[in-house]
Amino acid sequence: MALEITESRPLGKPIKRKEDARFVRGQGRYLDDIKLPDMLYLALVRSPYAHARITRIDTSRAQALPGVRLVLTGEDLAKMNLAWMPTLAGDQQMVLATGKVLFQYQEVAAVVADSRALAEDGAQLVEVEYDPLPAVVDPFWALSPQAPVLREDREEASNRIFHWEVGDLDGTERALRDAATVVTERIRMPRVHPAPLEPCGCIADYNAARGHLTWYVTSQAPHAHRTVLAMVAGLPEHKIHVISPDIGGGFGNKVPVFPGYVAAIVASISLNRPVKWIEARTENLTSTNFARDYHMEVALGADRDGRVTALRVSTVADHGAFDAAADPTKFPAGLFSIVTGSYDFPVAYAAVDGVYTNKAPGGVAYRCSFRVTEASFLIERAMNTLALRLNMDPAELRQRNFIAPERFPYQSPLGWTYDSGHYAATLQKALDIVDYPALRREQAERRARGELMGIGLSTFTEIVGAGPSSTFDILGIKMFDSCEIRVHPTGKVIARLGTRHQGQGHETTFAQVIAEELGLTTDDVLIEEGDTDTAPYGLGTYASRSTPLAGGAAALAARRVRDKAKKIAAHLLEVDEAEVEWDGQNFVAMGAPDRSVTMPAVALAAYTNLPHGMEPGLEATYYYDPPNLTFPNGAYVAVVDIDKGTGAVTVRRFVAVDDCGTVINPMVVDGQIHGGLTEGFAIAFMQEIPFDEDGNCLAPNFMDYLVPTAVETPHWETGRTVTPSPHHPIGAKGVGESPNVGSPAAFANAVIDALSPLGVTNIDIPLFPWKVWEVLREHGVAE
Amino acid sequence: MFPNAFDYAAPTSLDEAVDLLSRYGDDAKVLAGGQSLLPMMKLRLAAPAWVIDINRVPELDGRRESDDALILGALTRHSAIEWDRDLDADYPLLRETAALIADPLVRNRGTVAGSLAHADPAADWAACLMALGASVTARGPQGDRLIPVEDLLVDTLTTSLELDEIITGVTVPRPAGRAAAKSLKLERKVGDFAVVGVSLQVEVGSGGAVSRVGIGLAAVGPTALRAREAEAVLMGRPLGPEVIREAAALAAAAADPASDRRGSAAYKRDVVRVFVERGLTAVQHRLADGQALGA
Ligand SMILES: Cc1cc2nc3c(=O)[nH]c(=O)nc-3n(C[C@H](O)[C@H](O)[C@H](O)COP(=O)(O)OP(=O)(O)OC[C@H]3O[C@@H](n4cnc5c(N)ncnc54)[C@H](O)[C@@H]3O)c2cc1C
Repeated sequence: MALEITESRPLGKPIKRKEDARFVRGQGRYLDDIKLPDMLYLALVRSPYAHARITRIDTSRAQALPGVRLVLTGEDLAKMNLAWMPTLAGDQQMVLATGKVLFQYQEVAAVVADSRALAEDGAQLVEVEYDPLPAVVDPFWALSPQAPVLREDREEASNRIFHWEVGDLDGTERALRDAATVVTERIRMPRVHPAPLEPCGCIADYNAARGHLTWYVTSQAPHAHRTVLAMVAGLPEHKIHVISPDIGGGFGNKVPVFPGYVAAIVASISLNRPVKWIEARTENLTSTNFARDYHMEVALGADRDGRVTALRVSTVADHGAFDAAADPTKFPAGLFSIVTGSYDFPVAYAAVDGVYTNKAPGGVAYRCSFRVTEASFLIERAMNTLALRLNMDPAELRQRNFIAPERFPYQSPLGWTYDSGHYAATLQKALDIVDYPALRREQAERRARGELMGIGLSTFTEIVGAGPSSTFDILGIKMFDSCEIRVHPTGKVIARLGTRHQGQGHETTFAQVIAEELGLTTDDVLIEEGDTDTAPYGLGTYASRSTPLAGGAAALAARRVRDKAKKIAAHLLEVDEAEVEWDGQNFVAMGAPDRSVTMPAVALAAYTNLPHGMEPGLEATYYYDPPNLTFPNGAYVAVVDIDKGTGAVTVRRFVAVDDCGTVINPMVVDGQIHGGLTEGFAIAFMQEIPFDEDGNCLAPNFMDYLVPTAVETPHWETGRTVTPSPHHPIGAKGVGESPNVGSPAAFANAVIDALSPLGVTNIDIPLFPWKVWEVLREHGVAE
Repeated sequence: MFPNAFDYAAPTSLDEAVDLLSRYGDDAKVLAGGQSLLPMMKLRLAAPAWVIDINRVPELDGRRESDDALILGALTRHSAIEWDRDLDADYPLLRETAALIADPLVRNRGTVAGSLAHADPAADWAACLMALGASVTARGPQGDRLIPVEDLLVDTLTTSLELDEIITGVTVPRPAGRAAAKSLKLERKVGDFAVVGVSLQVEVGSGGAVSRVGIGLAAVGPTALRAREAEAVLMGRPLGPEVIREAAALAAAAADPASDRRGSAAYKRDVVRVFVERGLTAVQHRLADGQALGA
């Protein structure tokens, strides 16, 4: 029996997640659970070299293997004009390589066979001869005139993809010259991977008789994928049915379109049979995207009182072989310009240079609203360096520079209008929870005994909910989102949205929003997402945009339903519509509180007993184009102890106070925070995808790319302040990404705080024990 | 992540298993817990034509004790040791080590003998069983032979077993005096192989002087290593800070680690020093507190 959740007025309550009943029983339906009759399997042949010319491909042995149905190469795709595909970032990417390969594990050929194992056997039999070329691994070298130009398909003979800048360079330089103190630091955010538990995959099922493609795909943005497919493959959009089934984590990994998808579709069209392609773990880590990989250089100027007078940032962004970042089209460096963070800086300048190297393509927004984690990490680390230089407590430095509550809506020097926040109060709450003065006293005592204890702060501001149509589009499509609500005769609701959850809890939280607006319970509302034939058009779930956009659409669509319901209620109450009030649960006749009707009663009347001339039914759709973005924020405090013998760091405490505006479901919010903090912890301490000088990927599996378990994961303490967004229909801001954005700097700052008596101001993450040990040895500290 | 095609045999007696191995030789692989063999096959790093599953061979199950030793059947799982508190009385190092291996899933399947046969230098059992002076019994067409663990491990992923030999059991000698033990492992996360592992056991005579000591090192050489010189310096002396520091330095010198993404050679060597010092200090306290065999 399903859990019944009958609570009324559900908004803000810790209602158990409706979707968990199936997930915890193993009854979800993920891509790889789907098996269609006559289905074939596709495996990819991948390049062992990071940079090489392909001199010969011989598929004959693979083709001769019994059970192999089709072998595709780039030359085959070129005949269909599909050897290359456009990326969301306006670049193009090879589907199957022609001419040369540009990264290790690049897709070179596809083999389709009766079983997955046979497809792998066939792939092993494809013979490819390569003529290796020198690999360009270092993005700084890539920018030098001596470096070989990697992309021969582009007109521009350079490895620079773009130069992007924002702010007032002259003003910033002047302010830096005049500053009493200037600190500079090189801050590296290494290449990491979202590594969702479920890798990427699809089943393409083309029916030649109907000229119709059903495409099951692990997609965070099924509608956008359908449109892209219609544009690329030339299939009519209404004859493409995209189904994004249950998704086992996305974190940005499942926004782009991948070569394996295109190969599976081509194979299905060629063979008129369903074709499944799903990645193995190594394929996921090595080819379908990465995140971060920013080399940043920062300068902060400050006056004698510690007020920051200017910020300058320059960044080299390693995008790999193709710019397959999933940023909104006008933002090649995403929303990196949120880099002034929670602070009221008079002037700032930021520049980013995107660079091609012989590495896997990507630059996805791993649980962040497009380069916001990079920006947040940079400013929070830089504020730490400044505090050290000024010999000022890092909490005090932040309090002196915060945007004051009365300054909202706040115009940032890099062009954003922050909606709301009370940064000082949020930080104070976090400091109260950890008892900051007591921690600093304890630290002083331990230091006196030679022990290494550190306290790190991060007081970040995010920018999420992309975004207003004036600014945001992907390939021209405005970044609105949508909700369609149908109330059936017995008062039960099916609501469909243009987003696609991957673990965020939409089936519960959006049900709460709609139930709240309609006076129903969460159990009365079924949420459906991910099917392009049924759901209204929307841009999908990433960048913490679901609640700011689809959540807004849900509330506004529900209010449209309520507007009509009110008319029907007036009819039932036999009063004028103006005499009807909504008390949050019922329609009540003004001045006669004993005379009321419920929403289910109104719903029944919508099909059985309508006012004369009214259109039957009770439903509404809303396409929500937000007036602005939302700006969630938080104050995080990490407390660490360092083992002098091994360099291992133990996170003793971690307090996260988040302000995401109105909280729809505090338990779901806590769950999002816990998950994101765990990812942030991994990024700070154990994750990195490095390459050797030949461009070989050194973390191609979970033995080398570490994902923390419950054992390593620290205990998380959460708290909240609530500063609603003034422009969002229910005041909500989005929260899923805050912990990933905010926490890495808190961890790093804590470790650096512990080591600061040695004069240490920076160590690059991930903070492996050996790195900390090396710093300790350099400074003569040993057990 | 999909192995090459292979044939599968599940013998129900030891003779049958040895027969199959002699027949297929190089083309065959014994399957015990599968926790090392199957990942290698899935990555297509190993592609045996025949997989000989020994899990149904009754002679390889269980364990027995004699007056002077414990004999573990080849199919003894890591978890069977982890959860057997009775072992602590005579064999305190075994549970210490078992609990540090991988994660519960791997420990439920993986076998002690399989770990030795796989000969991964970072494996935990090899260092532990070397420290204890254990041996394996190998059965081949010519019968049984006893191989000390130190002689079994020849090089990385290489043992002195013949292609047609199966390990049938592991013999762990019983301590003669009061013993206490400690295993330390630096890992990057649970389920990770050791960055550095140290397993040590100390026996003391009536006067408190060290009468036997074994110090095994994992992940700091082409095979697990025994820190002989460190052991020698402890023999005949009571444990104390000074001799412990001396032994720790000698153990670090015995380590022969490689630099890799888990750390530099210098780092790993220093962690050996730190761990041997911590381990011996813990053992000293345990012996003093009477938390030891014969106390
Ligand atoms: C995720 C993961 C993490 C791990 N972490 C650790 C760790 O931290 N520490 C650690 O020590 N180990 C670790 N392991 C390895 C684990 O302990 C294995 O169980 C062990 O190495 C092999 O034992 P097995 O019984 O599974 O052997 P199998 O995988 O079945 O076999 C391994 C090899 O030994 C041979 N073999 C097996 N039994 C015999 C026999 N009786 N006679 C002759 N040859 C035989 C096989 O032919 C094969 O070549 C890990 C494994 C995994 C999958």
